[in-house]
Amino acid sequence: MLLLRPFSVLLSVLASLVLAGAALAADLATLVGNLTSGGLSEREAAITALAASGDERAAPILEALGAGQLYIRTSDKLAVIGRVDGNRLALTEAVSGKPTGTAVEADLDRVRVNNRLRGTIEAAVGSLTLMSPNARVRLNAADSLFKRRDATALPALDQALAAEKDPRIKRAMSEARAAIVLATADSPPAQKLAAIAVVRDRADRDSLGILNTVAAASDGEVKTAAAAAAGSIEQTLAAWQMAQNVWYGISLGSVLLLAAIGLAITFGTMGVINMAHGEMVMLGAYTTFVVQEVIRTSAPHLFDVSLAIALPLAFVVSGAIGILIERTIIRFLYGRPLDTLLATWGLSLVLQQAVRSIFGSSNREVGAPSWMSGAFQLGQLNITYGRLWIVVFALIVFASLILLLRKTPMGLYMRAVTQNRPMAAAVGIRTPRVDALTFGLGSGIAGLAGVALSQIDNVSPNLGQGYIIDSFMVVVFGGVGNLFGTLIGALTLGVVNKFLEPYAGAVLGKILVLVFIIMFIQRRPRGLFALKGRSVE
Amino acid sequence: MITRFLWQGMTRNLQLFVLLVLAVGILVPLSNLLLPPESPFRTPSWVLQLMGKYLCYASLALAVDLVWGFCGILTLGHAAFFALGGYCMGMYLMRQIGTRGVYGNPLLPDFMVFLNYKELPWFWHGFDSFWFAAPMIVLVPSVLALALGWFAFRSRVTGVYLSIITQAMTFALLLAFFRNDMGLGGNNGLTDFKDILGYSVQSDTTRAVLCFASALALAIFLVISAAVVGSRFGKALTAVRDAESRMRFLGYRVERYKLFVFVLSAAMAGIAGALYVPQVGIINPSEFSPGNSIEAVLWVAVGGRGTLIGPVIGAFVVNFGKTYLTGALPEVWLFALGALFIVVTLLLPKGVVGLWNQFRSRSRERQARATA
Repeated sequence: MLLLRPFSVLLSVLASLVLAGAALAADLATLVGNLTSGGLSEREAAITALAASGDERAAPILEALGAGQLYIRTSDKLAVIGRVDGNRLALTEAVSGKPTGTAVEADLDRVRVNNRLRGTIEAAVGSLTLMSPNARVRLNAADSLFKRRDATALPALDQALAAEKDPRIKRAMSEARAAIVLATADSPPAQKLAAIAVVRDRADRDSLGILNTVAAASDGEVKTAAAAAAGSIEQTLAAWQMAQNVWYGISLGSVLLLAAIGLAITFGTMGVINMAHGEMVMLGAYTTFVVQEVIRTSAPHLFDVSLAIALPLAFVVSGAIGILIERTIIRFLYGRPLDTLLATWGLSLVLQQAVRSIFGSSNREVGAPSWMSGAFQLGQLNITYGRLWIVVFALIVFASLILLLRKTPMGLYMRAVTQNRPMAAAVGIRTPRVDALTFGLGSGIAGLAGVALSQIDNVSPNLGQGYIIDSFMVVVFGGVGNLFGTLIGALTLGVVNKFLEPYAGAVLGKILVLVFIIMFIQRRPRGLFALKGRSVE
Repeated sequence: MITRFLWQGMTRNLQLFVLLVLAVGILVPLSNLLLPPESPFRTPSWVLQLMGKYLCYASLALAVDLVWGFCGILTLGHAAFFALGGYCMGMYLMRQIGTRGVYGNPLLPDFMVFLNYKELPWFWHGFDSFWFAAPMIVLVPSVLALALGWFAFRSRVTGVYLSIITQAMTFALLLAFFRNDMGLGGNNGLTDFKDILGYSVQSDTTRAVLCFASALALAIFLVISAAVVGSRFGKALTAVRDAESRMRFLGYRVERYKLFVFVLSAAMAGIAGALYVPQVGIINPSEFSPGNSIEAVLWVAVGGRGTLIGPVIGAFVVNFGKTYLTGALPEVWLFALGALFIVVTLLLPKGVVGLWNQFRSRSRERQARATA
């Protein structure tokens, strides 16, 4: 018995809940019944009653009524909501919300409303949604009121505001209220001033618009207050705009970093000018394309992980080709950097033409997996997931490369060969092998960059050419042989570029950056973070 | 007298080569003009035009060789000087169109009418006259080369860094000239030329004269280059190429040597570009593309860097291959060009001329051994 007691309590609670739900449903049915029967004056009373019930489900019914979509089906006198679907109406039961077939208008009887009733209905819907137990519905209602600035909703809004507990929704509601007050020409100046303060704190484009209208339409104290508030919002917005530019800059910088980091290894630590580096990026992008094609035809459910599959493949493809290039061409040209430059340029032409012959010269479509599409809002910042992932990816690649160079035997050998080749050979490091692997690593990372770039750029045989000059700029600017310099260089150039764009336009901005780098190299021929000591020469 | 002095300073081979260039420059246009169309010895007009183009390329190659082959500055932006000279000539030719454009505007060229320009941009003034345009063809590339070189050489930017700077320069110019706001025709560049010095650019006579002018320019450049390279100055230049720090320690002002030859070479490239434009009938921003500059370097590499004859041969051989292959087997051309880059740098670092010299000296050795 003792054991059963909590159980029975639970049962009774459950029972009462079910009963209450049933009572509510019954209530709604009778209220809707009142709404659809009787004349216009009774209808008004029914609307008010429905609004007073506070039932969430009443809102769509009232909205349908206001829009002239609430009908009585002639056959069974059932209240239905009809939405146009082809040349028939798709019906849903008003009370339960279940679909109940289709009908033509002749079989239905529209519940009529007039203009006065429409006002009542709007207010009722407003108060219903504003008073809804669901926080999300309330917030949406407040937001939509802010945009509509519908004065008839003011009493409902005041009531809701008084009852609201959630501070976030409360703020949204008071902002909506302020917007309505400001939109009403004859509200008292004191109220308007208070409203201006509220709207100012919202500080986005909408509130700026409201304040500008108010400043233009009114005079005296209100005008100055509105103008001042608009000014302060403009400042806030400018700050956000700057933050947005910084984000775009970081995003561009991370792309540059990805493209340049492989080059930083081959150029920086080996002194090899690899003009075919851009083509390694391109090969990575085409690997992604091939992987996606295979997945599309044979295993469509794997599409979301296509990039994860493409990453190691692109690394291997580009890396292997890099090692091949090193063994067959570049190793004969060590110590002749200008010749290396020419030979690898020739190689880049061959690779481009090879890809063009195989895949055609038109752009290839590489899709974005679902987790990379879409965007989110952070304050006034608009951040797309694709860009965000690329930034994250660039940083991961960078960090793993640093780890590889600092913490693994391979990295140790690489640094040793970079710093003093004869000594490294003397202590037994197989320098040719290290050279080949270093070059392969640089090329493999270019392949990884290609996977990322396939998401934001056209996958065409010319993909790599667009990045090669930029990448060289980044490496030279940051300081050859210094990976952190490359990181800083890439981010700086990205941000500077994006800050110049609004003033100078994209092309002129880029030209200015190029000119800036040309000047910069004159000042510091070894880059921002030049290596010091014996390994320099 | 100076000519004779210069002439005697040249090697016998070079003298013969200059005479050959001049002979080609005279005989090819003459055979086009004088011989009847059915004669088997008559040069067709398209060959004449092609020959003029190649001669301009050869001048550009010589300019590149002067800085790269003799001074060790690998420039990846010489096509920019070529194109700037070309644009100066193009501007002059645009002004000669007058009211014969599509819009018939007496003041503005067609593209400006199209882009809603109200008045002529300031830098277009003066280009109505050839005697203003001609010095500009030399001045504009030289001043750019002077500015870039002065800064770069003074702060001792060398080797690949300099290559990258020059490439960035031509890339920046490419982007700049693509802009419509630049006032130089944007993407489409300058074209639809009618007259040069009062003669129609389309006529065979004008083409013949232009072809001869290109040959003459190349011959003069060869003579000038030979004088520069053969002089005491030239010896110092080669020394700078081979051991820059040592020259500096010996008290030579290395940057002055470099600057002089860089500016001279840019001026030569500019003139070559100016002769090129009326013959092909268009100049547009793609002439600035980094690929063009690198291709010019390849001509030098194929012919033989550090020789004066080499770049001319290289320019002719590579461009003949390009004309043939892009016509006959378009897909193969880039493969061939790329392979040429690789093969030349790996196997023929001294180019065709180097191969020839090697062959000659070997056969001479054999002869010497046989007689001994």
